[in-house]
Amino acid sequence: MENAIELKNITKAFGTKVIANKNVSLDLKKGEILSLLGENGSGKTTLMNMIAGIYYPDEGQIFVNGKEVTIKSPKDALDLKIGMVHQHFKLVDVFTAAQNIALGMKDKGHYSIKKVSAEVSEMGARYGFVIDPNKMIHTMSVSEKQTVEIIKVLYRGADILILDEPTAVLTPQEIKKLFDVLREMRKDGKSIVIITHKLNEVMEISDRVAVLRKGEHIGTVLTSETNEKQLTEMMVGQKVDLEIDRKDPVDPKPRLLIEHMTVKNRDGLNAIEDVSFTINGGEILGIAGISGNGQKELLEGIAGLQKVESGDVIFHNPKKNKPVTFFHKDLKKIKKMAAEGCFHYPDGTKVDLTGKSKKEIVRLVNEEQILFYEDEIIDLRHRTPREIQELGIKLSFVPEDRLNMGLVGNMSIIDNMALRSYRKGKSIFVNKKRPKSLADKIISDLEVVTPSDMTPVRRLSGGNVQKVLVGREISSSPKVLMAAYPVRGLDINSSYLIYNLLNEQKEKNVAVVFVGEDLDVLLALSDRLLVLSGGKVAGIVDARTVTKEEVGMMMLSRAKAEDAEALNLPTTEKKEDVE
Amino acid sequence: MNQAPKTREPLFHLVKRDVTKKWIPWAIRAGAVVAAFILLGLMSLISLGVNPFKVYKYMFEGAFGDSFRVMRLLRDLAILLLFALAVTPAFKMKFWNIGAEGQVLMGGFACMICMFYLGGKVNDVLLIFISLAASVLMGAIWAGIPALFKAKWNTNETLFTLMMNYVAIQIILYTIKIWAPGGTGTLTPSAYGNLPAIGGEHFWFSIIVALVMTAVMFVYLRYTKHGYEINVVGESENTARYIGINVRKVVIRTLLLSGLICGLTGFLLVAGIDHTVSSTTAGGRGFTAILVSWLAKFNPIAMIFTSLLVVFLSKGMDEVMTQVGVTNSFFSQVVTGITFLMIIGCEFFINYRVVFRHRKNDEAAPAAPIPEAAADTAAPAPTTEEVPIPSETTQANAAEEE
Repeated sequence: MENAIELKNITKAFGTKVIANKNVSLDLKKGEILSLLGENGSGKTTLMNMIAGIYYPDEGQIFVNGKEVTIKSPKDALDLKIGMVHQHFKLVDVFTAAQNIALGMKDKGHYSIKKVSAEVSEMGARYGFVIDPNKMIHTMSVSEKQTVEIIKVLYRGADILILDEPTAVLTPQEIKKLFDVLREMRKDGKSIVIITHKLNEVMEISDRVAVLRKGEHIGTVLTSETNEKQLTEMMVGQKVDLEIDRKDPVDPKPRLLIEHMTVKNRDGLNAIEDVSFTINGGEILGIAGISGNGQKELLEGIAGLQKVESGDVIFHNPKKNKPVTFFHKDLKKIKKMAAEGCFHYPDGTKVDLTGKSKKEIVRLVNEEQILFYEDEIIDLRHRTPREIQELGIKLSFVPEDRLNMGLVGNMSIIDNMALRSYRKGKSIFVNKKRPKSLADKIISDLEVVTPSDMTPVRRLSGGNVQKVLVGREISSSPKVLMAAYPVRGLDINSSYLIYNLLNEQKEKNVAVVFVGEDLDVLLALSDRLLVLSGGKVAGIVDARTVTKEEVGMMMLSRAKAEDAEALNLPTTEKKEDVE
Repeated sequence: MNQAPKTREPLFHLVKRDVTKKWIPWAIRAGAVVAAFILLGLMSLISLGVNPFKVYKYMFEGAFGDSFRVMRLLRDLAILLLFALAVTPAFKMKFWNIGAEGQVLMGGFACMICMFYLGGKVNDVLLIFISLAASVLMGAIWAGIPALFKAKWNTNETLFTLMMNYVAIQIILYTIKIWAPGGTGTLTPSAYGNLPAIGGEHFWFSIIVALVMTAVMFVYLRYTKHGYEINVVGESENTARYIGINVRKVVIRTLLLSGLICGLTGFLLVAGIDHTVSSTTAGGRGFTAILVSWLAKFNPIAMIFTSLLVVFLSKGMDEVMTQVGVTNSFFSQVVTGITFLMIIGCEFFINYRVVFRHRKNDEAAPAAPIPEAAADTAAPAPTTEEVPIPSETTQANAAEEE
């Protein structure tokens, strides 16, 4: 078969240290689907960006259809019939699909949107897309937006398509649909590169797999002649154990009760609506859902970062038989609680503080003689984020912009450790000693790769940034640990390190909440799985028995009816009608 | 459609620079200053026909020529430094307070009110303390108003503080009309409440205060909990909220501090130097201070040098103009502006290297940042050049991660 694209010895460096691609030579045959597989930071996107005209290679040659070419801009790439669908969509929200597709076309004279719409519909029919050309982008689901992006590229006449992690934001059903479309396009003679790091998808869709590791091309293999294990080894460079060691929860007791919680998003709409569930100590509660279905607001509501409009967040502070301290309670409070019978002495007798002097009570507390009789029950709804954190509810919030919440990119690792502890003490100066020892401990325990503990965290790779954040949050022995997308952008080894850390926390009887996007991982890691759809609980299931498809259906259950139709899925409403 | 094979490489492309070695940025900045002075000499030669070396000599003499001039230089340096120190905490917090002009004016105005109404009626030492308190309070109020609006209703602080400058100017013009009706619109210097001269010079007060404030501000920003909070709020408001910093409180507190130093500066200007107030008491230094602060990367110690550079240029060019016999200051303003553009523009070359065609194997070659090429790239970009660079850097970073 003839080569659609051939790369010869492509090298691209950012600065002198970061070499994104080194001497990469690979080819894309006409009419094939090639998977470009590699961990984050292995240079997949950079390599493809050079073909798409976003970057210019430092060295090497690019051949398209056998001829050497220079691609200086995306326009050059389009002239060569190369189109790329980026991970982050580049669409105008307030335009319709057809307007977005026509945008930037340089036809002579005026063109009619109607004509574009007709052509788009025709194209959709040819490849099996379902698309309404007159629908506004901002009313579209993620998968529809992606469809628009693909059609945009096809409409410009691309024969070579590059898709950058197209499945990252899709549900299992949507992925299946997309793959059907890709197969149709292959039949039509298009050549397709699909960038991904998900092995099962690679096996399903591609004809050949090219593996990159640390910017170098490790090899290209025929999909039919390989397996997931071999690919992983090529990707990582060593044997990796892909098993998550999930132990059964020991004595799970309710730790956090969410009752009829409603949280609004920035636009004033209900992002979380009347949600109730329980989080147990000693288990991992997975939260599944298409991104943007209320996950962020749910966690921020619990952590006190977003106003809880209605409902309650009840925290069962596991205090039974633990000594009371002056950290949370002052003398007056302790006296009052003693009068209510909240405390007992180590020998089991009730604490009675009446008639005792202040000095004596202080002594008893400091000697840890006064113990809680029962767990403390606290409503978190009206507490500040700081109070909530001091109660031991830690949010390791790691959204796309992990440097936007939780860490300060321009500050050193030490200073980022100080974020949690800098207030301690009466001195007006920040104590850097404790943060420094914590930073050094995390660097050695979690194997953070960094030049020094003074390095600004933004200079670290994604996985290391994540380790710093999670390390800090678990260092203060939390009682509830909420981790949102903690492995996004992490390589396989780092991901498994994080999974293990979460499992360790669970074994320490911490209530762990894990918001994830990879269903395979959610099912392998969680004990129970809560599925969010449209800001409501679509179901709470046993992660050990449920199937991926069932979860996928639940994720879509409250999605807009037309979304589901687009995917040929029965909506819940319809289902009910039938019954 | 152009299907012909194109094998021509672009003339040059930009490559992100590693900033691992600390001396490189400073070497580039120093290079930019040298290049700016060379350009300044050339411009003088072309447009005024003066030998560049003479220009440098005049500049040096104008700034350091005799003890009187050195004293004037130190005085202006101290005042400009105080202005810069005042805006720095707010800027570090990414609160774009461009209202130092008005805050200083109002501080000076408060001082003048005390001197005007209480002069001769109360003990002079007491009067000085009353004026000081009034100035500091007034400066803090003038900065506190936009801070309060920002914290409460998230108003745009840049516009707000800018407008507050004009309000301050108009209040002063109006009051002078009342105090000196029918006059020339200027107020005669007050005989009361003036700061005492030390060693025959009135300016020592300002210089000492500026030095002390520099040290205090350096420690405040770098080592205290307040300084740490300012840094966190400035870098990431979300993270600040996440760890439970009361962002509103920090914004207001920091702006009050900013205004307080502005008020103090106004007090020093009126009680220590001018003994009167006018709409030009601040003299645009509230804006120059932004440049001083930025150039020094908000480091108070470095600000001593950046403000020295600014004052040196202005004093030096004044002398050049006097010697050459040009009576207007347009030329010197143009020259000063171009000099700063070059210095600001060089930041680009701290972040990026230019790699020319055919020379890409020459890794070790210095990035040829400075002379005409630098000026050409830097010149079209306005002062705001500084602002987009961080975002470009992050984009490049993001690209690296992928």
